[in-house]
Amino acid sequence: MADPLIQVENLYKLFGNNPDKHMSLVHEGKSKDEILAATGHTLGLKNINLSINPGEIFVIMGLSGSGKSTLIRHFNRLIDPTEGVIKVEGTDVMQLNPKELEQFRRHKMSMVFQRFGLLPHKTVVENVAYGLRIQGVDKSESLSRARQWLETVGLAGYEEQYPAQLSGGQQQRVGLARALCTDAEILLMDEAFSALDPLIRSEMQDQLVQLQEKLHKTIIFITHDLDEALRLGDRIAILKDGEIVQQGEPEEILLHPATDYVEAFVHDVNRARALTVETVMKDPAYRITADTIADALSQMKGFGRDYGYLVNESGYQGVVKAERLEQAYQDNKDAKLDAALYEDVEPVDPHAVLETVIPNTLDADYPLPVVDEDGQLTGQLTRGTLAEVLGETHKPVEQQKDESRTPAA
Amino acid sequence: MAESNWLTEVPQLDRSELRDIRKTLDTAYRDFSREHGEMIEAFFDPLLSFLVWFEKLLLATPWWLVIAIVAGLAYLASRSWKLSLGVVVSFTLIGYFGMWEDAMSTMSIILVCTLMAIILGVPIGIVMARSDRMQTLITPVLDVMQTMPAFVYLIPVVMLLGIGKIPGVIAVIIYAIPPVIRLTNLGIRLVDKDVLEAATAYGASPMQRLVGVQLPLAMPTIMAGINQTIMMALSMVVIASMIGVSGLGQPVLKSITNQYFTLGLLNGLAIVALAIIFDRVSQAYAKRTQRHLGGMDNG
Ligand SMILES: Nc1ncnc2c1ncn2[C@@H]1O[C@H](COP(=O)(O)OP(=O)(O)OP(=O)(O)O)[C@@H](O)[C@H]1O
Ligand SMILES: [Mg+2]
Repeated sequence: MADPLIQVENLYKLFGNNPDKHMSLVHEGKSKDEILAATGHTLGLKNINLSINPGEIFVIMGLSGSGKSTLIRHFNRLIDPTEGVIKVEGTDVMQLNPKELEQFRRHKMSMVFQRFGLLPHKTVVENVAYGLRIQGVDKSESLSRARQWLETVGLAGYEEQYPAQLSGGQQQRVGLARALCTDAEILLMDEAFSALDPLIRSEMQDQLVQLQEKLHKTIIFITHDLDEALRLGDRIAILKDGEIVQQGEPEEILLHPATDYVEAFVHDVNRARALTVETVMKDPAYRITADTIADALSQMKGFGRDYGYLVNESGYQGVVKAERLEQAYQDNKDAKLDAALYEDVEPVDPHAVLETVIPNTLDADYPLPVVDEDGQLTGQLTRGTLAEVLGETHKPVEQQKDESRTPAA
Repeated sequence: MAESNWLTEVPQLDRSELRDIRKTLDTAYRDFSREHGEMIEAFFDPLLSFLVWFEKLLLATPWWLVIAIVAGLAYLASRSWKLSLGVVVSFTLIGYFGMWEDAMSTMSIILVCTLMAIILGVPIGIVMARSDRMQTLITPVLDVMQTMPAFVYLIPVVMLLGIGKIPGVIAVIIYAIPPVIRLTNLGIRLVDKDVLEAATAYGASPMQRLVGVQLPLAMPTIMAGINQTIMMALSMVVIASMIGVSGLGQPVLKSITNQYFTLGLLNGLAIVALAIIFDRVSQAYAKRTQRHLGGMDNG
């Protein structure tokens, strides 16, 4: 794997007048509330370790006050850490002098703010062009680039309005356009979509995903909303009281919540939309690799089922059923297996979202074969699996995953 | 001295000791002004010539042109016909009652003083806003400037520079500058932290933040300070006339000593008219510059 773009090591932040004096309490493991009561200092972040890879969307989640905004502000040093190291492309940002820091902020990162942070005395288009103007790009050039981005976020026609004349959601999109306009490599988005209504919100999410496919930026995205996190995130970190309680890929967090806190988070999520077939399918146990009907029938008897997935060297061929094979066997005991005997079953794509395969799975009399883009049989999806994964409890999911691993071994 | 005396009588310095202290301080200051007075006067020469030039310009211009220009400026700043009409009426009346020349002198003094107060006051306010230490240092000085009776600091100014226009201007500036300084400081400190943070996040340098964000957003507050400064300068004009500043204050002073009630009233009214015009025009202008700043707290 490539070197991480952003690396955070042992980051601590204690807010207050004399944080250094009270850091010993933090290291003793006192809780946020205890420290606040004893010293009047607020523990913002505690022992954060992260590495963010180039080109990924890294989502930071947590309840209000858990330190999300504090953490994201450390990346461009709007907040200085009390302890710890932040490296961007291998450079320790704490070592930058003021001039270098300005350059770093101008060209490396741009930010979308939770409370917009638009300049009220400038028009919308001037706001979007602000980053470029600060860099010293000339006026007409930056305004014309700003116009394009405004169009992209769906605000064409509002160029000459002032921020106060726009709705909250529109202002948020201005903030997004402003961040995209500088073409910085890293995008910091602090609840960038939280002020949008559900419809525009999901539109903006799609747009972000599309943009990301084109631009390959590294995006650090803060949200309250797990559905949004699962939709956008390549990886997710969950914060609680300034500490990371779990980080990992979305499926991992969904299927194996590390603590009750995380579990409470994932509880309400629409799993049918969040999970792909790949993450819940069982290993394919019932392969049939025979040339003749007789062999096929005996293999089927071997694993005690009345169906099987026929595979050969070029991959998955189809589903065969005992009943049909037996009929054919009665007619001709030496007959070869041929395409006429396969069931007509549409295989499932491992990357498909569960929601899209529910109808087919429920219709079929046997588990659906999961076939990857190379035509290889990679798994099977049963009604039972679906019922368990989409059901409320987590325990059965874990057990069933463990069981499904055993036969493959 | 009896033991119980200090309970009934205020403990006091000896008269002779007090006199000595006064004498030493006064002589020291007198020596200082004798030695450096001329140099300091020379320092203010450009200001004096500007003031004199401006006064002459106002007086040399035909009265109707002055009225037209002032009314035009009032309209540009406020976009209000009523205000411009008020300017025309009150200036005509001022001229009709024989106060034209004094009014022009007063206007030129006010203008110069206000300009100087802005040129000095805004940067001081900026410095104060940047550092809490500077704020704690400068605030008491401003308190003294605003509460010390104006007559008291006329004395050292007169000792230093004698009687005349420049000491008058300096006294007016000292008296009138605190609001600009205070409100520049306040305005910059009140700038929305989120907006400033956004500018910082995009790599704005301290200068870019000041010019592009802090000053424009503090402008309504700074304008309120300038407005107050103009008002205070106007009210100081009468007192400053005691040390030889020409203008509407002179006849007022004369009326007090000779008990001319009507003369005093007329000149007083003329000062009021000027005050109202300056106030309304500067406020209307301030309001117009800040019309986009409202309503940012939604969302
Ligand atoms: N400048 C500050 N001074 C003191 N404490 C602060 C400061 N900024 C943040 N905190 C504290 O740090 C903690 C985390 O705040 P932060 O703004 O990072 O939360 P958040 O996760 O972004 O919450 P939200 O979802 O509401 O935006 C809070 O307890 C807050 O009180
Ligand atoms: Mg926040």
